[in-house]
Amino acid sequence: MSDLGIYIHVPFCGKKCGYCDFYSLKYSRDSAEGYVQAVLRNIDHYGDSASAVDTIYFGGGTPSLLFPEQLSLIIERIRERFTVNEDCEITLEANPSGLTPERLCKLRKTGINRLSIGVQSMIDSELGFLGRSHNSARVERTVLDAAEAGFENISCDLMLAVPEQTISSLEISAIRLASLPIKHISAYILKVEAGTPFDCDEIRSVVPDDETSADFYLHAVSVLEGLGFRQYEVSNFAVPGYESRHNCRYWQCRDYIGIGPSAHSCFGGKRFASESSLEKFICSDVQPVYITDDSPCGFEEYAMLRLRLREGLDLRNIGERRDFLEKKLPPLISSGYINFDGDIISLTPKGFLMSNSVIEHLIF
Amino acid sequence: MANEKIRNFCIIAHIDHGKSTLADRILEKTETVAIRDMEEQLLDNMDIERERGITIKARAVRLKYTASDGEDYIFNLIDTPGHVDFNYEVSRSLAACEGAILVVDASQGIEAQTLANTYLAIEHDLEVVPVVNKIDLPSADPERVCNEVENIIGIPAMDAPRISAKMGTNIEAVLESVVTGIPAPTGDTQKPLKALIFDSYYDSYKGVIIYVRVKEGTVKIGDSIRLMATGAVFTVVEAGFMDATNLINSGTLEAGEVGYIAASIKSIGDTQVGDTVTNNDNPCDEPLPGYRKVNPMVFSGIYPADGAKYGDLREALEKLQLNDASLSFEPETSVALGFGFRCGFLGLLHMEIIQERLEREYNLDLITTAPSVIYKVTMTSGEVVYIDNPTNFPDPALIQTAEEPMVKADILSPSEFVGNIMELCQDRRGTFKDMQYLDDTRVNLHYELPLNEIVYDFFDVLKSRTKGYASFDYEMLGYVPSKLVKLDILLNGDVVDALSFIIHTDKAYGRARKIAEKLKENIPRQLFEVPIQAAIGGKIIARETVKAMRKDVLAKCYGGDITRKKKLLEKQKEGKKRMRQLGTVEVPQEAFMSVLKLDT
Repeated sequence: MSDLGIYIHVPFCGKKCGYCDFYSLKYSRDSAEGYVQAVLRNIDHYGDSASAVDTIYFGGGTPSLLFPEQLSLIIERIRERFTVNEDCEITLEANPSGLTPERLCKLRKTGINRLSIGVQSMIDSELGFLGRSHNSARVERTVLDAAEAGFENISCDLMLAVPEQTISSLEISAIRLASLPIKHISAYILKVEAGTPFDCDEIRSVVPDDETSADFYLHAVSVLEGLGFRQYEVSNFAVPGYESRHNCRYWQCRDYIGIGPSAHSCFGGKRFASESSLEKFICSDVQPVYITDDSPCGFEEYAMLRLRLREGLDLRNIGERRDFLEKKLPPLISSGYINFDGDIISLTPKGFLMSNSVIEHLIF
Repeated sequence: MANEKIRNFCIIAHIDHGKSTLADRILEKTETVAIRDMEEQLLDNMDIERERGITIKARAVRLKYTASDGEDYIFNLIDTPGHVDFNYEVSRSLAACEGAILVVDASQGIEAQTLANTYLAIEHDLEVVPVVNKIDLPSADPERVCNEVENIIGIPAMDAPRISAKMGTNIEAVLESVVTGIPAPTGDTQKPLKALIFDSYYDSYKGVIIYVRVKEGTVKIGDSIRLMATGAVFTVVEAGFMDATNLINSGTLEAGEVGYIAASIKSIGDTQVGDTVTNNDNPCDEPLPGYRKVNPMVFSGIYPADGAKYGDLREALEKLQLNDASLSFEPETSVALGFGFRCGFLGLLHMEIIQERLEREYNLDLITTAPSVIYKVTMTSGEVVYIDNPTNFPDPALIQTAEEPMVKADILSPSEFVGNIMELCQDRRGTFKDMQYLDDTRVNLHYELPLNEIVYDFFDVLKSRTKGYASFDYEMLGYVPSKLVKLDILLNGDVVDALSFIIHTDKAYGRARKIAEKLKENIPRQLFEVPIQAAIGGKIIARETVKAMRKDVLAKCYGGDITRKKKLLEKQKEGKKRMRQLGTVEVPQEAFMSVLKLDT
């Protein structure tokens, strides 16, 4: 039996964040209902009892805007159409606002066993700048309530290189988060994406430059490691054993099906993506998709994805290309970008920061 | 047409004194061009000439003029460049003429190129007819300028027409002085053909078109002609003259006339400017003297930015050379830049023009190395070598003496800037010779300067230190011994051959520091830090470091969308193609260019 991950893209937000460039629209009850029905049809379409579903991931958008009953319907349908492993990791991305104790209890009952909470910062002025509707006190209460409701595996997002952030305010955010009952932290460097509301001179002029961002990142890595969160990917840190199984699929070239407008899939020997249109998604029997790669997981892609992981790229798995790569290692090693134990190449934190260039240098 | 009704002349002037504008007015006045077809700088038909307001190529055009004596005259007007770099074009044109109109700006007076061009004309035994232009300017002082012409050049000027080419004032007086002041050509139409090639260009339909001045005899369609230097024989397909915009195939050309010949000449190599055309069946005894051969003085490597365009570059250079005999080139290779050509130019403007034409007319993306002059090196073995590429500069231990070319420079300027000019020339290792007052306020400074000090940016700096007032001209003096060294630039420990150059010891440190700084500005931060060093022999005399880049990461692989990351890597790979990969260092084209302009 082949294993599989399922990603459900929930394209609704109460309010769009200025830095976000994902496909999402203003939430409305009607379109959410139409959306859920379309998700169910697609599950029927892709359903295959010969696939063992190991991870389910509700991403967005703000998936916690869906009612627990709607999420439950979707999870149940997946259980009907696929074989879902007993210890399946089921993640919900959620905003602190709206997560009342009652809501959390209902969510836990749907089978969701992992929460990824969009915290971003534990400093209220930084949250204000990012336009988030919660404050740090609200985050603490939500996490404690979630633990109370039975969520044992909680992840929080932490944003790095936010305007006005300092090394010490970053430390405070990290320490306050680590003091909560969480197992995982995703720490992303703020990036101003083209076409987002942040993409203007006013914001760009206050966003820390690359040099400062690099300092924040390296500091975050060492603080989080010190707090027991081990870095296992460019931007991800976890108490050992709590690494996100779903996200690891992406980096290990394992199969996943994405359902929802703009969702990406790697399945059946192809990479494909669903069109970024809620309307089309709701109106179609099966989501319209386009192929992005019809022979994925070749050497370049494999190496590129593996090198995002701390476990790195094992040269014993790349056959004749080993010599080609090995010749390129010495300057990377002496510059402190990679570690090499004779077989496995893995990037250091400094190397992760330069991963685009390092990977390009290695594989092209 | 009897010879006494022909006038062959050119117009000479300092740049910006109104030569092309006067040519425009003459074309209008003689109704050579219909008013509706008239446009400014009509004879300058290269885009680059119009944009820069300069003439690069000589042009010949036939005009008809009815003089005040009631007779019709044929004028052959040859428009010539003014800039010092293009003197060879001037001298070629002069050989086709009996006279020259000397245009002098009524507000500026005589400038360096006025002198240089006039002396050239006198050397060619031409009658010089002075004209004072721009009398409409408030600052015009025609009286003073006429005095200058008489005192400095020594030709009568008190009766010189005072005109405004821009306003069209008094143009008839110019035409009349052409009739009266310039002699008719001589020559016998019955003698064997003897015609001077003074220019040529390639036409993709007709083959090579040669511009000739017929000195003796007649040439007509169907004649078998021989180019005496190469011995090549062709049959004349067209013979005629040029009006302002077209070739007019009149079928024949006679002694005294200026015109063109088309003879299905395919190969550029067969037509040498300065060669003599004769009749193959009835040849003349001996060829005309031809021209003093012009030697390139400034050299630089020209490389295609995209190595695959090497063949295109060669083709483009060959075509340009057809119209510009002074351009020389030969293949060379560089470790840093790949395959390209070492090109010889008459000066820096010439070099810029050629580069610009290659890029514009042939759509090529180029990398150019720093200009170099030719150094003369006597080896300890006694052998003498000439070095036009710094890479080939011998090991100092093997050099007995090294010599560099010197020029004699004339700098004309208002006297208030003398201090600035002397400072500049001092800085450029110049030797002061003397200074003459042209009048109460203007001086002519004579300096001897090393050519390699003026090939970079001397003229630009001179202009900026004299508020644009100074003018400058130079002629070669020959070689003098000099303390020369080769300065190498190392990136990440490796010598980049394309950045090496030869320099006087005293200037090496300053220039090395500047180059290192410029490179640091122009080499982007990359994966590895890039040490930049400047060295003489094994000794490092300047260093800078481009620090390694700190952050180049796509933090998220959202929802399994890895297409973004792949695209990013592809884009990066694409970007690299625009860089030169030297070892582990990526060097953008701009970095090579930036070291050419250190002082501006």
